[in-house]
Amino acid sequence: MISGFSEKRWWFPPVVTVRSQTVRSCVTEPDYGPGMTKLIVMTAALAAICAGGCKKSGDPVTLNASGSSFQKQFQEVAIAGFTRATKDVKINYGAGGSGKGRQDFADMVTDYGCTDGLFKDADLAKVKGGSFLYFPILLGAITVSYHVDGIGKLQLSPETIARIFQRDIKKWNDPAIAADNPEAKLPDADIVVVHRSDGSGTTEQFTKYLDAAANNVWRLKSGSTVEWPPDTQAGNGNGGVAQIVKSTNHAIGYVDLPDAKASGLTYANVKNQAGTFVEPSSVSASAAGDGIDVKDNLTYVSINAKGDAAYPITAPTWCVAYAKQTDKAKGTALRSYFKYMLTDAQALLKDIDFAPLPRALADRAVAQLDQIQVP
Amino acid sequence: MQLSELHGQQQYADRAFRGLALGAAGLVLLILGMIAVTMTQRAWPALGLTFVTSTRWSAPDAMFGALPFVWGTLYTAAIALMLAVPVSLGVALFITQVAPPWLKKPMVTLLDLLAVVPSVVFGLWGVLVLSQHAGLGRSFATAGVILAIMIIPIITSLAREVIETTPASDKEAALALGATRWEMIQASVWPHSKGGIVGAVMLGLGRALGETIAAALVIGSALGQITLHPLAPGNSMPAVIANEWGEADTAHKAALIALAVTLFVITIAVNLIATAIVQRSMKRSHGT
Repeated sequence: MISGFSEKRWWFPPVVTVRSQTVRSCVTEPDYGPGMTKLIVMTAALAAICAGGCKKSGDPVTLNASGSSFQKQFQEVAIAGFTRATKDVKINYGAGGSGKGRQDFADMVTDYGCTDGLFKDADLAKVKGGSFLYFPILLGAITVSYHVDGIGKLQLSPETIARIFQRDIKKWNDPAIAADNPEAKLPDADIVVVHRSDGSGTTEQFTKYLDAAANNVWRLKSGSTVEWPPDTQAGNGNGGVAQIVKSTNHAIGYVDLPDAKASGLTYANVKNQAGTFVEPSSVSASAAGDGIDVKDNLTYVSINAKGDAAYPITAPTWCVAYAKQTDKAKGTALRSYFKYMLTDAQALLKDIDFAPLPRALADRAVAQLDQIQVP
Repeated sequence: MQLSELHGQQQYADRAFRGLALGAAGLVLLILGMIAVTMTQRAWPALGLTFVTSTRWSAPDAMFGALPFVWGTLYTAAIALMLAVPVSLGVALFITQVAPPWLKKPMVTLLDLLAVVPSVVFGLWGVLVLSQHAGLGRSFATAGVILAIMIIPIITSLAREVIETTPASDKEAALALGATRWEMIQASVWPHSKGGIVGAVMLGLGRALGETIAAALVIGSALGQITLHPLAPGNSMPAVIANEWGEADTAHKAALIALAVTLFVITIAVNLIATAIVQRSMKRSHGT
């Protein structure tokens, strides 16, 4: 759709087209007119690059995708890495949220979608392209970040986190917090709870965790938005929550690990099922992946995972693709990009503070690629 | 060209124009009607009396009560009007009655510039400056102040134009009778422009009610807040729609559309009330 720009003569530089294609069409265009001259002038820089040696490759393919903002950073580095090697494929990823990713994919607006949550059974009938496959992509830790001047590392149990976030515990020096942190000099100050203002997969995973791990305490259930008590603060996106926590003394919020690190936040070690307090990291999130039960369709629950070294608030995320591809070039490109995400790109995850999939799971996902039929 | 020829042509042109104008007017009604029908249809599962009387909004429990958001919308808009109306009228009167000619033009340009600043810019400024450094936090008050700044240029520019249409003879008559500038404004400008100024305020109110992004960024997104405390965090109808739409499931989406329908109804009601006020004040000032 977007590559179609270069077949016509446009008055403005088609910024979204593949470079070589833009220039090549200029040269092969029979009626080389004034409009084209304008275009060439305006894309002079690109033309100069191409003058060094412009080789003719296959027709460019564009894959459009949308979804999980949790995956945004990974999709960006993976797309950059993949298109560096495969120049005739262009991939656009719009991180509009998992819900939008599922909707766009179901409506066949996109070629693949990425989502932190699974399709609900009731919505399966609305998926227009027929049967589709889940591909696990990565694991990511959600931190419980806080800002209390003079306090370093805290240890928190799921029950304490649950009671803080539903406002049962209102002071930092509450006995429940002190019990797990005998060394810390906790201030007699009010806790400021920060949550997401927008509907979010991060909220869904975090509340699912509390629902599972602190079942006898947690009352707010789970979902992309839950009924937070009114005397709490809200920020837009992980970055918004991070910003409020960072700028508010005595605040606490849940932020994914990359954003928490980027904002320089302090985050708690959280008690896992085995009773160990574990620091969120790429390694401890990977460890959570080792203890999960994967279903046949490669879906699983990674929160509250078993294992001594597992960080318990570890979120899963998937990309989905239709089993029956209708376009040969797109289907082929999609299959090779998915393969890249599940193999070479896994090594890129540590640098951006996400965790790679356990080896066995990645291998199963690669094997599942054979089920994508390309005409 | 003969007159009869011209006459024939004109009739043709007249008819075409009439059709065009009627079509345009009809189209507006049609679009409005279609919006109302399709939105109500999609909101149907969530609509009901409890939707606007219940105060509990919980997506996991599929309980949707919009009253706190209705309150938040009306309350922030009221704060905005209280702040914006005196300032706007002051500025409009200053520009039209007081300012020297060399200052008038740059002031008008400046106000028009303020009117075209995208709302997200105001919102971000609100987040970064008002809520963090001005001690307002994320609250009804912050949202009200941002909305006030956004509607000041609209109210001012409309009010200015209305005031400018006061006949010079009226003003001169007042001055000739020995009125001061303030008495002249009271006696000549105000009765003449009252209706138009109310209209300008209502247009500002319309924008304040519907403003989404700026409100969503600074209002605090707190649930269940029905309070007069200006520094309490709250939520407004458009902000909830913008925040929660992306990840909403089917029932939740229906509730959000129902929220949009409610907003639609409230905006129409406000406009009707405004029209009624304008008409009444016109009647009174013309003594009919």
